[in-house]
Amino acid sequence: MTLLTTARRSGENAGGPAHRPAHRHRPTDHGAWFLVLPALIPILLLSVGPLLYGVVLAFTDAQSGRTRATQWVGTLNFRDLLHDTLFWESFRIGLVWAVGVTVPQFLLALGLALLLDQGLRLRWLARALAIIPWAMPEVVVGIMWRLVYHPDAGILNETLRDLGLGGGRDWLSGLATALPAVVLVGVWAGMPQTTVALLAGLQNTPRELHEAAALDGAGAWRRFRTVTWPALRPVALAITALNFIWNINAFALVYVLTGGGPGGRTRLPMLFAYEEAFRYGQFGYAAAMGCVLVAVISVLLAVHLASRLRGDE
Amino acid sequence: MSGPRTRGAVRAGQYLALLAYLAFLALPFLWLISTAFKPAPELGSLHPTWIPEDPTVANFRQAFAEQPLLRAAANSLAAALAAAVTAVVVATPMAYVTARRRGRLSAATTGWVVVSQAFPFVLVIIPLFLVLKNLQLINTLTGLVLVYVVWSLPFALWMLTGYVRALPAELEEAAAVDGAGRLRTLLSVTAPLLAPGIVATALFAFITAWNEFFFALVLLKTPEKQTLPVVLTHFLGAEGVADLGPLAAAAFLATLPSLVVFALIQRRITGGMLSGAVKS
Repeated sequence: MTLLTTARRSGENAGGPAHRPAHRHRPTDHGAWFLVLPALIPILLLSVGPLLYGVVLAFTDAQSGRTRATQWVGTLNFRDLLHDTLFWESFRIGLVWAVGVTVPQFLLALGLALLLDQGLRLRWLARALAIIPWAMPEVVVGIMWRLVYHPDAGILNETLRDLGLGGGRDWLSGLATALPAVVLVGVWAGMPQTTVALLAGLQNTPRELHEAAALDGAGAWRRFRTVTWPALRPVALAITALNFIWNINAFALVYVLTGGGPGGRTRLPMLFAYEEAFRYGQFGYAAAMGCVLVAVISVLLAVHLASRLRGDE
Repeated sequence: MSGPRTRGAVRAGQYLALLAYLAFLALPFLWLISTAFKPAPELGSLHPTWIPEDPTVANFRQAFAEQPLLRAAANSLAAALAAAVTAVVVATPMAYVTARRRGRLSAATTGWVVVSQAFPFVLVIIPLFLVLKNLQLINTLTGLVLVYVVWSLPFALWMLTGYVRALPAELEEAAAVDGAGRLRTLLSVTAPLLAPGIVATALFAFITAWNEFFFALVLLKTPEKQTLPVVLTHFLGAEGVADLGPLAAAAFLATLPSLVVFALIQRRITGGMLSGAVKS
């Protein structure tokens, strides 16, 4: 079905503007374009196109199920957003969540990667277990942690009771505990990818330098700072940047855990925009939120990359 | 220099830390399994235990009775298979070109792969929703598959480009010298060597689609069309303690395919990610 659609589309678009640069660039090679088109057309139609369309929508009053034609409203949506305290609150929660997940995720993953690099005996078990959070559907991760956090039947409260640390807390419904509780789940879910990336980075660090530094009497911390970290830095920056982006776009985990509650304490920007678009049908307004998110992420990425380039000099 | 005693203490500390990590990673999952096999009265007990005192499969039976899990699994399977196969069929030729020729096209592809990671899905899903609605593809698996293909393309391109780069170009040149045509070289020299990488990429795309929730939630409206993750969320809501068992049972079953497939390809996936990362 999909193949047919794609093929028909590629037929319609053959000879489009996409062909011309190749001609100018490399006049002999048409073959390359035939190889590229099957992927390029869906990308343009279903990824680049909708992205641009989404930006356009942000400047309209598009709503779901309305018969009246959609109209341009200029920057009205953005001006409304400026005064939408609920949105900015959600935005703040999104930043707290993204930083609160990304930083511990990185530190914990770094610790685990360093341990796994030591040639300990249980490496195979750690490898096997790391698969679980990575492969699990996010919805199942959410359900699983709901069972752990469950006020009566959950193991967390039971363990706390056994240790004499009180208990009977309803972690996901408590105004103060809901956000930390979902952050912990976020850390758990993203740790394996980060660990694998860092471990690979570690295995690229020069062994001889390590041994030489150890012979010179450098302690573990000094060896880490002067030998390991410089080699690991590019990987670390790349994976934290990606983690931050993925976390700020997170949806399923929190949707299942709390649905954004209690009282909006865990309503991440994605949940907010989802409700705006698909519960209240405010397409234009939700698209404007998406644009603001993209803008903020781009700025943060630019800052991140700039600092990375400076660091490399 | 550190003596043998401090070294022993360091080792012990390392093992302790490793055990703490293992517990953190494994215990929530063990709790899910434990809950799935507990009978209803035990779930209501004030002091839940790790090991069910009276293990039962009643929860699994009840889960299948409460929600259309089989149909949801069939929907998930169909969508994930179609998306995975289409994604690699479309991505492999492009990855080949990107890997073998440096130029504007390769740079643009890499750029798009990176940029696409930063899309807030909400900005893309609203226009996609409107486009698919015009094509009458809302609430169809075809519409969902189209979205999944495009959604898994960046990663598929990334991995496949890495695998192609790992193949020495000299092999193809040697075949060309021996008089093989370009297509022949691709089919008889490159394709077989690339096959394991293609399979790994397809399986990864399969898991991604099998696990996906957001697009399925937005695009599929009627229960008969919905995929497994969406149907699982129907168990949520005003759940009494007695409903936790079927919830855990269904969630556990939904995870098994991903775990099995992922275990098969884990090494290749990490290798592919890195070869893409290191050489681009």
